[in-house]
Amino acid sequence: MPHKTFFWFIFPTGLAMILFIGLPIVSSFFQSLHIETQQVLMEVENCDPFGCQTNVRVDVEATDKLREENPLGRFNGFGTYLDRNHLAFDEIGEAWNISSSMGEFKDIVLNLPFYKALLFTLTFCFAVTPPVIFLGFIVALSINTLAKSIKGLIVFGTILPMIVTPLIGSLVLFWMIDSQGIIGASIQILFDDPNLSLKASSNLTWITLIIYGIWHNTPFAFVVFYAALQTVPQDPIEAAYIDGASRFQRVRYIVIPHLYPVATFIMLICLMDNFRVFEPIIGFSAEGVAQSLSWMIYQDLRNENKMLFGSAGATSMLTILGIAILLTPVLIRTWKEFRTER
Amino acid sequence: MDTRLNKYSKQLIIINSIFILFWLTISIFPFIWTLWGSFKVKADFFSRAEWTYALSGFNTLIETGATTTVKAYIESWTEGEFWRASMNTMIVTVSVVSISLFLGTLGAYALSRSTYKYTFYILIAALIFRAMPHITLVSGYLFPFFQLNIWGILPTTIIVLVAINQPFTLWLLYSFFKTVPKELDESALIDGCSYFQAFRYIIMPVMWPGVVTAGLFSMMLAYNDFTVTALLLNQENYTMVPKINAYLGTIEYGGNYMWAVSSVVSATAPLFMIIWFFQRQLISGLTAGAVKG
Repeated sequence: MPHKTFFWFIFPTGLAMILFIGLPIVSSFFQSLHIETQQVLMEVENCDPFGCQTNVRVDVEATDKLREENPLGRFNGFGTYLDRNHLAFDEIGEAWNISSSMGEFKDIVLNLPFYKALLFTLTFCFAVTPPVIFLGFIVALSINTLAKSIKGLIVFGTILPMIVTPLIGSLVLFWMIDSQGIIGASIQILFDDPNLSLKASSNLTWITLIIYGIWHNTPFAFVVFYAALQTVPQDPIEAAYIDGASRFQRVRYIVIPHLYPVATFIMLICLMDNFRVFEPIIGFSAEGVAQSLSWMIYQDLRNENKMLFGSAGATSMLTILGIAILLTPVLIRTWKEFRTER
Repeated sequence: MDTRLNKYSKQLIIINSIFILFWLTISIFPFIWTLWGSFKVKADFFSRAEWTYALSGFNTLIETGATTTVKAYIESWTEGEFWRASMNTMIVTVSVVSISLFLGTLGAYALSRSTYKYTFYILIAALIFRAMPHITLVSGYLFPFFQLNIWGILPTTIIVLVAINQPFTLWLLYSFFKTVPKELDESALIDGCSYFQAFRYIIMPVMWPGVVTAGLFSMMLAYNDFTVTALLLNQENYTMVPKINAYLGTIEYGGNYMWAVSSVVSATAPLFMIIWFFQRQLISGLTAGAVKG
């Protein structure tokens, strides 16, 4: 295809992506270098019969004028990245100096907002992914053995948790595990503890969120494994059968090795998608004990009157950095694949 | 394949069936429960005293005079203005699907037919774009959108969703176009068609399965989106998902919680029906698209 024709074909989609994916990243970065204009303070002398007092009050007019002139706020360099809500190097240094043991240091650091969120995000990512791969594989294997006539229906039932948006999916589960919902109430009866609530302790909430993550992501792993199972060559399986391999051995030594690349692929996609975990936290009302990086950004932007663009931008950049680290293996893989295709 | 290979022992069949039943319970039951509960009053669905009330509709009977009620549905659709939200969702979904398919097929066709190296870099860029968390993009939109005064309206959201959706659509359609033999459009070119004519009259007619799959994914993205719609739309223009979240956030009305429950059902039902209808395309698409990106 000539360059010119190619250009016109790709132009609309390319423009859309550059304008609404490329530029926002640049804009985010630019925002992260600025900080909201502070209020202009002025000293006013109030005199009454008993004497004069100097008060400090906000000069609304001057503040508005300043904000209008410079809506993004003033330039702050990498200051936002280093403040207490982000990388917080000063606080960490201080914690290092004052804490007597490693445990104490860890406690202080993990209570800083950014590291707290990072810890949850990573825990969520790495706790959800292995069970998802395992369960997805088992479900795919067992559905694959079913008769064709009922397969369609069961596949449909299996993929439901993936189809609904995470917010709705988590709400549906949340209403069941609520202390007044069916599962929550049953658990209370089971343990004979009327105060037991999955929302009460932070550990239980984390576990609930992780279970939700597994529930939501397993169908995806299932679908990919299921499709890959159709491509497993039959000849070696037959040969193994003739040689007397049991069913388990056939799965273990022929099917699983064949699915390794697919499993790595699922793992990377899962890690990437779960790194942006955010909606379940809202669905489960778990803001109090579980914050993720994406949730931090949402929190900065939620308030319509006082959006913290700088802070949101900085967190965004750090999130993108995290994604980049996770993404590198996928990129290398695609690169190699593409090379061999050509 | 040898039929003996496919013979399963009785034990295996039993274990397998139990496992599948168990799995289906986990994946489907929450939805059935919500559907059932949406016809009850709050005191039953969240019953402190006795969870079987949700089954029998004890309080529903007391409050409304019947064991099931559609009160929550009627109220949320009228008073709660869910009709407006569902209309907005419809506008957004239809526009996003048609625009992204239009842009996506053009781009993916070019990518699949060009032999130059830059196609590779474009695809890699798309892959990187696909990995960007939506919320980080939103944090980049808000400030410029406020400045340009285009925040809060549907068209902005539609364009943003189209753009966010492009990387995946491109990859998916690219792998579909790759399966269409090159000879088909080459012969059309020799016969004197322009590239666009070959695309429009020769390739598109055989591409419908791919287009349907890509359309389904665009639909799911637009229909399900929360991050973009919640932050880029103003209250009146909310689509269904942020609207449901809004019902939960406000404590003004006691019945609000059931509004959310019934709205979840109202929002999920059409989606499930569409997916049921197009299930085969969805699976084939996930396989084709997923293996790539």
